[in-house]
Order: sequence, then C-alpha cells, then structure tokens
Amino acid sequence: MQLALVRRQYPSRVLSVFTPFIAFGLTLLAGSIMFAAQGLDPLVTLYTYFVEPLIETWSLHELAIKAAPLILIGVGLSVCFLSNNWNIGAEGQFVVGAITGSALPVLWPDFANFATLPLMLLFGVLGGCAYACIPALLKTRFNTNEILTSLMLVYVAQLLLDWLVRGPWRNPEGFNFPETRIFNDAAILPELFSEYGRANWGIVFALVAAIGVWLMLRKTLKGFEVQVVGASPRAGRFAGFSSSRMVFFAFGLSGALAGLAGIAEVAGASGQLRPVISPGYGFTAIIVAFLGRLNPLGIVAAGLVLALTYLGGEAAQIALGLSDKVVRVFQGMLLFFVLATDTLIHYQVRVTGGTTAGDSRGDR
Amino acid sequence: MSHVQPRVPLLEMQGIRKEFPGTLANDDVSLAILPGEIHALLGENGAGKSTLVKMIYGVLQPDAGEMRWQGSPEHVASPREARHLGIGMVFQHFSLFEALSAAENIALSLDDAPEASTIVERASRVSQEYGLPLDPLAMVGDLSVGERQRIEIVRCLLQEPSLLVLDEPTSVLTPQEAERLFETLEKLRADGRSILYISHRLEEVQRMCDRATVLRQGRVVGACDPREETAASLASMMVGKDLKPVERESVHDRGEVLFEIRHLNRPAETPFAVALRDISLQVNAGDIIGIAGVAGNGQSEFFEAVSGEVLQSEPDMVRLCGTDAGALGIGHRRALGAAFVPEERLGHGAVPSLSLSQNLLLSRHASDHAEFLGTAGWVQRARLMAKSRAVIEALDVRCGGPDPAAGTLSGGNLQKFIIGRELDRQPRVLLVNQPTWGVDAGAAAHIRQALIELARNGSAVVLISQDLDELFEVCDAMAVMHDGELSEPIPREQATLETIGLLMGGASMGSAA
Repeated sequence: MQLALVRRQYPSRVLSVFTPFIAFGLTLLAGSIMFAAQGLDPLVTLYTYFVEPLIETWSLHELAIKAAPLILIGVGLSVCFLSNNWNIGAEGQFVVGAITGSALPVLWPDFANFATLPLMLLFGVLGGCAYACIPALLKTRFNTNEILTSLMLVYVAQLLLDWLVRGPWRNPEGFNFPETRIFNDAAILPELFSEYGRANWGIVFALVAAIGVWLMLRKTLKGFEVQVVGASPRAGRFAGFSSSRMVFFAFGLSGALAGLAGIAEVAGASGQLRPVISPGYGFTAIIVAFLGRLNPLGIVAAGLVLALTYLGGEAAQIALGLSDKVVRVFQGMLLFFVLATDTLIHYQVRVTGGTTAGDSRGDR
Repeated sequence: MSHVQPRVPLLEMQGIRKEFPGTLANDDVSLAILPGEIHALLGENGAGKSTLVKMIYGVLQPDAGEMRWQGSPEHVASPREARHLGIGMVFQHFSLFEALSAAENIALSLDDAPEASTIVERASRVSQEYGLPLDPLAMVGDLSVGERQRIEIVRCLLQEPSLLVLDEPTSVLTPQEAERLFETLEKLRADGRSILYISHRLEEVQRMCDRATVLRQGRVVGACDPREETAASLASMMVGKDLKPVERESVHDRGEVLFEIRHLNRPAETPFAVALRDISLQVNAGDIIGIAGVAGNGQSEFFEAVSGEVLQSEPDMVRLCGTDAGALGIGHRRALGAAFVPEERLGHGAVPSLSLSQNLLLSRHASDHAEFLGTAGWVQRARLMAKSRAVIEALDVRCGGPDPAAGTLSGGNLQKFIIGRELDRQPRVLLVNQPTWGVDAGAAAHIRQALIELARNGSAVVLISQDLDELFEVCDAMAVMHDGELSEPIPREQATLETIGLLMGGASMGSAA
C-alpha cells in the first residue's frame, strides 16, 4: 500500500478557495509546536500574536499602515507573476520610489503647497516604474534572468539610500544622525481619522489599486493579454500579443505600485528618509501575492494577514521576549504551506495497491 | 507460414483495464501475439492503442488484467524490464538527442553500453542485415525523419528483441521510405520475430499484417485477418459507423488572387530550424492548395512567416487579399481577412486553462474588435459567450458545460472549435496546418468538408498536411515542401502518389514528373 498523487481531471474549485485557510491553519499548528519547544504556552503566545493586535482601535490603524504597502506591492506583483515575469525586486523599487518621491521635500524644503504631495507621489511612481524597467530591459534585450537582476538591484537601491541619508541628503540640523530633514507639513500624507489612530491614505491607495487591477485583469483585453502571455507565450504570439511589451508592462506596473508604496510609507508613517525604511515589505509582498492566489481582491485579505504577523511579532517581542526573527519564521512557514497545499488543487491523494511507475497522464 | 495453427502466444494480454481521470482508456482488452507474425493494432486516434502498448512496454501499469509472456504471467514494471524480456519499442515521437551522433544516441539507450567502437560496428552490421542504411557517426540533427526512425529501429534491434512494437511508424515517412520499412519488417518476420504494428492506415495493414486487433473507445471490437477484409469493412469496424465520403466538385469558379507569396526567404533561427528558400505561391479565390511534405521540412517556419507571428524583411513577400502584409503583425493580417489555424492545438491555437469563449477572443480580438470589445478594451463577455455557443453548435463540438476550459475537450473537439472560430468569420484567406492530426475520422471528415465549402464560397485556402490521402481528397492542387523549398503546385488531376512521394523525398520537379 502506498499514497499516490493522482492528477484531477479538473482543478478543484473548492480547494482553490480553501487552501489558503488550510495553509494558515497548518502555520498556526507548526507555530504552536515551535512555541511549545521554547517552553511557552502555545495558546497564550498565539493569542498575543494573532488576536491581541485586533482588539484595539489604534492597533487596527497600525494594521492598516502595515497592510497598505503589502497590498500595493502584492497587487502589482500579481500582474507580474500571472504574466510569467518573476519580479523579486519590489523591495528595491519600493526604496527607489521613496527616494525619488522624497527628492522634492528634501532638496526644496521651502516648496510647500497643494502641489507638493501629488508631485511627490508622481515622482515616487515614476521612480519605481523606471527602476523596474531595468530588469525588464535586460530580459527583453539580453535574455537575462529577471529573478537575478531584479533581486540584485534591491541591494543597489538599499545602498543608494544608505549613501544618500549618510551623505548628500543628511539633515544639516540633524546632529549627524543618518537621516534626512523632516518633511514639511505639505509633504506629509494625511491621516484618515487622526483622532483614533495613525492610519493614512496609503490604505486607500491600496484598495483603489486592488480594485482597479482586479477590473483590468477580469474585464479588459489587457488583462486577457496578461493571462494568455503568462499561460502560454506561443499562444500569446498567435493572438498577436507582444511578449516583450508585456515584460515592460508587468514590470512597469508593479514597479510603479511599489514606488507608490515606498513614497507613501515615508510621506506617511515616518516623515523622513532613514537608512532602512522597510521591514522587507517587498519580499513579504511575494508571499501576499501567492497567499491571495494572485487575485487582487484575495491579496487585500492576504495583505491584512501578513500585516498581522508583523504586528504580532512586535507584540510577542514586547510581551513575551520572543526574538523578532519569529516574524520571518511565520512568514516563511505560511508561504511554504500555501505552495504545498496548492498541490491539492491539481492532484488528489489516493491510496493505491501496486507501484505506479512513471507518468500516469499519458495520452490514450 | 501457418499462423492459424495453435501455438503458445509470445505475448498475451487478458482483460486489461486502464483508467485515467475522466476516461476509460482500456476496458477488458485482450490480445494475443504469436511468434513470427506481424500483428496490427488498428483504431482511430483516441481508441486506446497507445495506452495499451505503453502497458506492454512497462511505461504504464494496468489497473486490472493479466499479461503473459511465452505462457507465464509477468508483471512489467518498467521499460527496462520490458527490454529484458525481449520487447523493443519505437515510439511515434522519437526520443533522440539532436546534438549527438547516431551511435551516441544508441549507446545512451542500451542498458549496459559497450565501447563506442563496438556499437558503431554492431550498428553497421544490423543496419546492413535488415536493409536500414545508417551512418552511425552522423549527427542526428542533420538527419531526415526517415533516417531518425532507422536509428530508433536499429537501437531496438541491437537488444535482440523477440517482439518489436512500432507506433504509427509510417506517419512521418514518404511513401517510398514506407516501402523500404515494409521490406525490413518482412525480413524481421522471416527471422521469426514478432511485430506489433500500430496504425490507422488500412492499405499497409492489409498488405503486410497477418492478423489484426481493432480497438474502438478502449474496447476490442474485432479480431480478424486483414487480408480477408475490405478497407471499407475495416474502416467501419474502427469507426463504428459507415463514413460519408467528403464531397468535392472539381469544376468551380475561380476569382482573383487572394493569397500570394513572393520569393519568401527566411534564415534558420536555430541550428535545428529549417531555412525557407525562395518560396513563391499564388492561390485564387475558390481554390484549395495543399502543401505536402514530411514533418520538419519548413512547414512550421512557413506557417509562422505567413501568419505574421514572424515578420518578413520585405513587405511584398506576403500579400493577403491584395495588400502587402509582410511587415504587418498577425493581428493586422487577420484584419485584412486572413485566418490561421496552427498545428499545435494546446499552447498555440488555444490556451488550455482558459475557457472556450476566452479562446475565441484569442484569435478574434483584432479582426472583430468592434464586436467583442468596448471602450478601453472592455471585454463584451455576453457577446463572446453567444458567439462561442454558435461555433459549438455549428461544428457540433462535444464539451461539458456551457463554457468549459479548452484543455478539458478531447483533441478532435477542440480542433473543431478552433477551426469553427475561424470559419465563423468567413475569412477570405485561410491557412491551416495539419487540421486533422489526432482527430477522429468523423470529425476529420467534417473539418475537410468545411474547408471545401469555405473555398467554394470564394475564399482561398492553403492546407499544410502530411496526410496524402487528405490532400488528394480535398485539394485542387498540391505543392511539396522539402528542406525549406516549395515545388510548383501540381493540379489534382495530374498528381500521383508516386510523384508527390518523390518530391517529398527531395527529388526535383523535372525528375519526379
């Protein structure tokens, strides 16, 4: 007797809805084991981690602040991944968007009027978009692997930011701290309900982007093009779609959204540039995109879940003295279980008697 | 030679059953192959022939049933075990490395390969013995399909098999190459070896095979001596009903030139692609011109160039409906009134994971922009669905549900849909590549009839096919593609199987005629 994976005739619709929940459940289970092994009560720890951040208004605002960049980036990445373009460098595009968007309030602090913030957001979008076009250009021109180039450009962007805030952009009145000057008030992204918490317009941008990209993917020829080119490049060529233009479209769009997330982050939560402006949003958004099934509406939900792991990690660090590395462990497990349980959509587990050699899918 | 005498069968399969998700590929199949006979396994595409032989060769395992080898029960768990028993197999799609030599390819397939020089020597001996001329040091990428098949056969014979399984061996050969293969097979039979010969071509089965087992929809529907049957009786056994022949009146109106290729040249993009050399062709409204040729002689490259998937260096190399189209992409060419049906259905003509209505949009978004797309490229889903239903009904496409994913349809039904989505437009020019490959006989007849009707209604049709019977049935004239060159079209009335066959093998026009 042995277990065998048998390919389903049709992918299971029920499971494609439920596997993210199964994966989340398995992550909680594995997390409990990890906590128990550290001598902590798993139930108390999980409560601190996943429930406590949800019961107070101010921490819900914090959740929105953390979820906004994850959703914005994740939505853009879904277009990339659906079209078979593996942009792993959203973190870098986030950083570059933050830098280009911040140029205005850092270099011209006296330029403070109604146009400041819209211009900053525009520069952020353009910066992220342009930075993402580098791996796109390398891929279409020289057939370079975009996974490697986009990933390596993350480090370039991070070092560029580091150099700027320690060098030319350092706050002249900042006692030599590696920070830019504090943005003027016209350059700050307003809070939504400031009497209750810090949540700003970033979460609105995220929701608008999610709905917009969802409509684009579901209802328009461009979205159809994304699906066709991603599923089968040859059929895409037969349809008359250019695969190299699609590379630029996907990278450009996801870079633009990552850039918007970057400038919204510095113009909102922090109000200045520092050497490190992201706790890995660009990488975590990859998990968000997959947990949300590459569906922008699913990504909204997934972004909230992953934002919770950040908040829970902070809470557990403060209340229980757990290492902040636990956040990464949770995020990693979540991605692992999502990808693993996805197998169940296409295959079913069967107990078989004999040995099954080779491919059980041969043609008749 | 008395094959009716009771003898212990070399191989006996009893009550074999094999199920795939959604299909019962083999149901209670029984088959006995005697020593020293050529046994035909007949059946349409999808009848379960390949599944059965894959189980014989150990690639697949039966769900139920018994296999006996020389009278004793055997369980063949892998191709290696099959080879050990003495079963050799030549697959329909070869498994050769193009960048390696023939001898290296042979060495790779042997379970315990001897020295290279020994292989060269043994391969040469076997190839001489059975009339399979072969240069063991030639690079596979440089060889013709017929020569590649010989490598496959020689490497099987080196294992001294008592049963040789050949899956559709003549489907890739010119008539002359097929003739030589038959001589080899007869020599093997005279040697006392058995051959299981899979085919759907009745003439060759009748002239060569001692017995035949006929499969239909996974079940054995007859076992007979093919020489005592007529082609019609075998065909109706295979198909299950009498087929209506395709109707084609040879006298018809011809209009202006709608399809024109002028001195089309295209360099090879990879070492294994074929360069197109100075191809010219004119097709008038009302005509169907066939392009014959063995696979891999430039047909795919020609299709890509004419369809506009690849652009030409000069705009007038391809003229469609009176307009220079060489610099236009496939969408523009469609908008001019041309339609294209590629050879590969899944992943080229259709995306398996998308629904039929989405696959309709795939090839129609450029030509029917106003009908299916609103402002800002908004897809008019209801209209797509309605059109997709109309195509499904017009071509009698069998599918589950109102708008299933393309990948869930059988090959023949998907092909009917793909052809139907183009015919629905009444294109003025239609280029189709291998439209009935892997399609059951009923659907194939339907498709051929539809092509004739399109042409007779005033369109120009170009049909690329390796199936000579199909070309003779449908076309008004036939040109032959060989090594990237295209012969003059020969009118149907003057063409013979022999002339076309010689041209397919590379003879020049003068010597073939």
